[in-house]
Amino acid sequence: MTRKYELVYIVSPEASDDQVTDLHTQVDAIVQRIGGQIEKTDNWGRRRLAYEIGRHKEGTYVLEVILGTGDLMKEIDRRLKVSDLVIRHLVVRVDETQAVIERMKARRSATSQRRRVARGLPADRQPGEGQRNDSDDDRDDRFDMGNDRGDRGMDR
Amino acid sequence: MNGRKSFGAKKRPGAGAQGKDGQRRPMFRRRKVCKFCSDKIDDINYKDVKLLLPFVPERAKILPRRISGTCALHQRKLRVALMRARQLALIPYTAE
Repeated sequence: MTRKYELVYIVSPEASDDQVTDLHTQVDAIVQRIGGQIEKTDNWGRRRLAYEIGRHKEGTYVLEVILGTGDLMKEIDRRLKVSDLVIRHLVVRVDETQAVIERMKARRSATSQRRRVARGLPADRQPGEGQRNDSDDDRDDRFDMGNDRGDRGMDR
Repeated sequence: MNGRKSFGAKKRPGAGAQGKDGQRRPMFRRRKVCKFCSDKIDDINYKDVKLLLPFVPERAKILPRRISGTCALHQRKLRVALMRARQLALIPYTAE
């Protein structure tokens, strides 16, 4: 079962650029060995940390998007925990949330198209009318609230 | 104006007459709306510090819904994103 994961790790500020790339090749080697694939890597460069991690105030952030199994990520997680150069790392599974986001986007555009057609407008937005549409929606909301909502619970 | 409307919600120029209702009330407070709903932001991502920062006040606690006006769904997602960002030291846990 291959899944999509995001791995972000913070490399100690003392590490040289070579060491950072070396770390990347190490991760790549594990991924290759266990049969995964690196979809993309992104070096954010050196950033200030929001709080000190073991006397470090800065760190080099590296993001890797990895396709692979849970076992693969377990192995990477273990290796990064052991590594002295990596001061912090985080693995997040993203395929499911991305699917949810796609679905929400699709649903949103579908409803907006349906409403526009019901109002006798062309299904897609014409250039230059975006702003007016938005304020229309807001006004709808305010009326809804005046009628059936009390103090809290604006969620729907 | 058009067939399906519940309570004249779509009336645009006529809204001025009904606006009096709003003025009669003392201390009319602007209704808070969920930023993510109104801006149509689907993806609340922990990497997007610029998006998250307005929800982290000085003390670095997560801004409550009652103040920010975020809807329940998006507050939940926001919370997860903020906690991940905290772990990566993008956002502080606390201000000293």
